[in-house]
Amino acid sequence: MTKTVTDVVCPFCGTLCDDLEVSVTDDGKQILDVYNACAIGAEKFLHSQAKDRITRPRLQQPDGTWKEISYEEAADYTAKMLAGAKKPLMYGWSSTNCEAQSMGHEIAEMCCACVDNTAAVCHGTTLIAVQDIGLPTCTLGEVKNRADTIIFWGCNPCHAHPRHMSRYSIFPRGFFTGKGHKSRKLVVVDPRVTDTAKMADMHLQVTQGQDYELLNAFRVAFRNEWLPDVVAGIPKEKIIEAANIMKAGRFGIIFFGMGVTQSLGKNHNIDEAIAVTKDLNEYTKFSIMPMRGHYNVTGSGEVLAWQFGYPYSVDLTRGFPRYNPGDTSSIDLLTRGEIDAAFVIGSDPGAHFPISAVKQIAKVNSVCIDPHITPTSGVSKLHVPVAFVGVETGGNAYRMDNVPIDCRKVVDPPAGMLTDEEFLTMVRDRVKKLKGVA
Amino acid sequence: METVTITMKNPPALYLEAEHICPDEFAGKTAAQIAELHVYEGNTKSTLGKYFEISGDAGATAEDTKIVVRGDVKKVKYIGMKMSAGEVVVEGSTDLYAGAWMSGGRMLVKGDIQAFAATAMKGGELVIEGNAGNYLGAAYRGDWRGMSGGKILVKGNAGSDVGMYMTGGEMVINGNVDVHLATHAEGGKIIVKGNAPSKVAGQMVEGEVIIFGTIDVMMPGFKYVDDVDLEVEGTTAKFAHYIGDTGERHKKRKGQMVYGNLYQKI
Repeated sequence: MTKTVTDVVCPFCGTLCDDLEVSVTDDGKQILDVYNACAIGAEKFLHSQAKDRITRPRLQQPDGTWKEISYEEAADYTAKMLAGAKKPLMYGWSSTNCEAQSMGHEIAEMCCACVDNTAAVCHGTTLIAVQDIGLPTCTLGEVKNRADTIIFWGCNPCHAHPRHMSRYSIFPRGFFTGKGHKSRKLVVVDPRVTDTAKMADMHLQVTQGQDYELLNAFRVAFRNEWLPDVVAGIPKEKIIEAANIMKAGRFGIIFFGMGVTQSLGKNHNIDEAIAVTKDLNEYTKFSIMPMRGHYNVTGSGEVLAWQFGYPYSVDLTRGFPRYNPGDTSSIDLLTRGEIDAAFVIGSDPGAHFPISAVKQIAKVNSVCIDPHITPTSGVSKLHVPVAFVGVETGGNAYRMDNVPIDCRKVVDPPAGMLTDEEFLTMVRDRVKKLKGVA
Repeated sequence: METVTITMKNPPALYLEAEHICPDEFAGKTAAQIAELHVYEGNTKSTLGKYFEISGDAGATAEDTKIVVRGDVKKVKYIGMKMSAGEVVVEGSTDLYAGAWMSGGRMLVKGDIQAFAATAMKGGELVIEGNAGNYLGAAYRGDWRGMSGGKILVKGNAGSDVGMYMTGGEMVINGNVDVHLATHAEGGKIIVKGNAPSKVAGQMVEGEVIIFGTIDVMMPGFKYVDDVDLEVEGTTAKFAHYIGDTGERHKKRKGQMVYGNLYQKI
C-alpha cells in the first residue's frame, strides 16, 4: 500500500507550484511517484531517491581523492575557514529555504563576509533597475484572474518555467478571464523561434543585443513621435501594431528573463522595460514581472534586503553592509582575485560562472554545501551533502511574485543527514566561539 | 604647496581600501601621523604605513597638500575619494573609485583607472592619461545624480555607462567609449573623439553629447534636426544634430520642449 501527500510545493523554479501530489511508501521513507509536476520538478523529487547519493561530508585530499568525514569535522573546517579569512565570499542561497539563509547571514555578519545570491548572474540587473526606477508589479493570481495581454520578453517559459503558462499566464480561466487562452493576446519578443514564440499571436524577432533600442522604440511609438523605418530588425509598422495591442488590453503584463537581463544593455534593458510599463499605465493597467529562476532566489533577495538593506551582492567586510554590483558582486570578486575563501550553498557556480571565476574557487579554501555532486563540489575542498529542501525538509520560500509559500516535507532524508539549517547552525555556534561572541 | 610622497613597498595579498589617500585627510599631518591613518584589506584593519613608505609632511590645509603615489597601486581602491582641494598624482594605474565624489582640486592618473572613477563628482579636475573603466562620472547605485560639476579628461578609451545620470560638468574622452554613454543624463557635456558603439544617450532628458567618430546603432528616440557648424576643443567641423530621447519625459522651458542634444561629426 502507498499513501499520497497532497499540496506539495515544488522546489525547482520560481513558479513554486503548490499543487503537487507525491505518493510515498507506507513507512514514509521512499517516494514512488510524483503527480501534477512538470518533468523537471518530478525529476527533482525522484532524483533524491538515488541509491548512489552522497550522505556524508567529504574532504578533498591532496591527491584528488575524497575522504569521508563527520558533520562535526565539516562544521569545524567551515567555521575555521570563514572566521580566519580576510574576505570570504558566501554565495548561492537560492536553492535553500529562508531559515537557512537567515542563519547563514548571521555567520556572514560575524565573519565580515561578502554575501551574494544567484541574482548576480541572473536577475541582479533587474534589481539594479528596480532601485533606479521602481517596479509596477502584481501577483501571479492577478495575472491569472485579470491579464488579457501577455508579453514574454527574452524568456522561454515552455522550457524554463513549464507550468507557468498553464497555472497563471496563458491557459487558466480566471475570474475576469473566463475564456482562458482565447481571451488572451500573447506577444513574444525573442531573437530565436522558441517553443513559446511558436504559440504567440505576435512574435517580434528582435536583433540580438538590441532589446534596449526596441523598448525605446515602443516608448517613442506611445508618444507618436518619429521612428526610423526599422528598429532592432523590426519594421516600424509592426512596432506600432504591437504598441497598439499593448495599449488596447484591459490588463497587461510583461514577463522577462535572461534574454534581456544578461544580454547587451543589462540593467538598462530592464530600466527601459519598466519605463514602458509605466508609460502604458497612461492607457490601461500594466504590470511587469521578472521570471525568477531558482525556487527561492526571490526569498534570498527578501531575506538579504530585510537583514542588510540590499537584495544581493552585499559586502559586510567593513562591519556594515555595502552594495555595488561591479565591485561587490561574486564574479567580479572572484575574477579580480579579491577573496580568499569561498563558501557555496544551494547553487552551482562551477557550472554557470566564467571559467576564470571557477578557477579562483578552486584556488582558495572552499566549501560547497549541496545534496548533489556538481562541478562546484568537484572543485571545492570540502563537500557537505545535505537534505533536499522541499522534499526532505520544509521551510519558507518566495515565489517569483514575492509571495511566501511554506514548503512541505515529503520523506525523511537518509539516516544521519542534516539539513542546510542544521549544518549552518553548527557552523554558527563554532564561529561564535572562534570570534569570542557570547 | 607641500608634497607627500607615498610609495608602495608591501603590496596587499587581496585589495586595499585606502580612502584616506586624499589631501583633505593628509592636511595638517606629519609623515608619521599619515602612516597611522587606517586602511582595510578585506575585513582586516591596519595602517597606511604597513603598506606604504611615506615621506614629507602635508601642508596645513588640503589646498596646500600634494600627494604623489608611487609604486604598484593597481590593487588600491578609493584614491582621492571625496577630495575637495589640493592635488593627487598617481604615477601608475589604480583601481576602483579613483576621485569618487571629488568636489575640488586636481587629480592626475598617469596609467589606467578601473570602474566607478569620479562617481558623482561635483567639482575639480580629473585627468587620466591611460584608459578609464566603466561608470566614469556616473551616479552611485540607486542614485539619480551622477557627475554634476568639474572636468574629466581621458586620453585613452573609456568603458560602458560613462556619464550615467550626469547632471552637469564636462567630460572629454580622446579615444572610444563602450555602450550606454550618457544614459539618463539630465545635463552636462560629453565629448568623445573616437567611436561609440550603440545605446548613446538613451533615456536622456537634457544635456549635450558630441561624437567625432561613428555610432553603429543610433537610438530610435533620437531625431535628426539639421547640420550645424561647431567649434569643439579647438576643432571646427560640421556636425549632424539630433534631439532626444523622444521616448523620455522632458521639461518645457518658455513653452518649448527641452531635449538632449546629440551631435555627430559628418
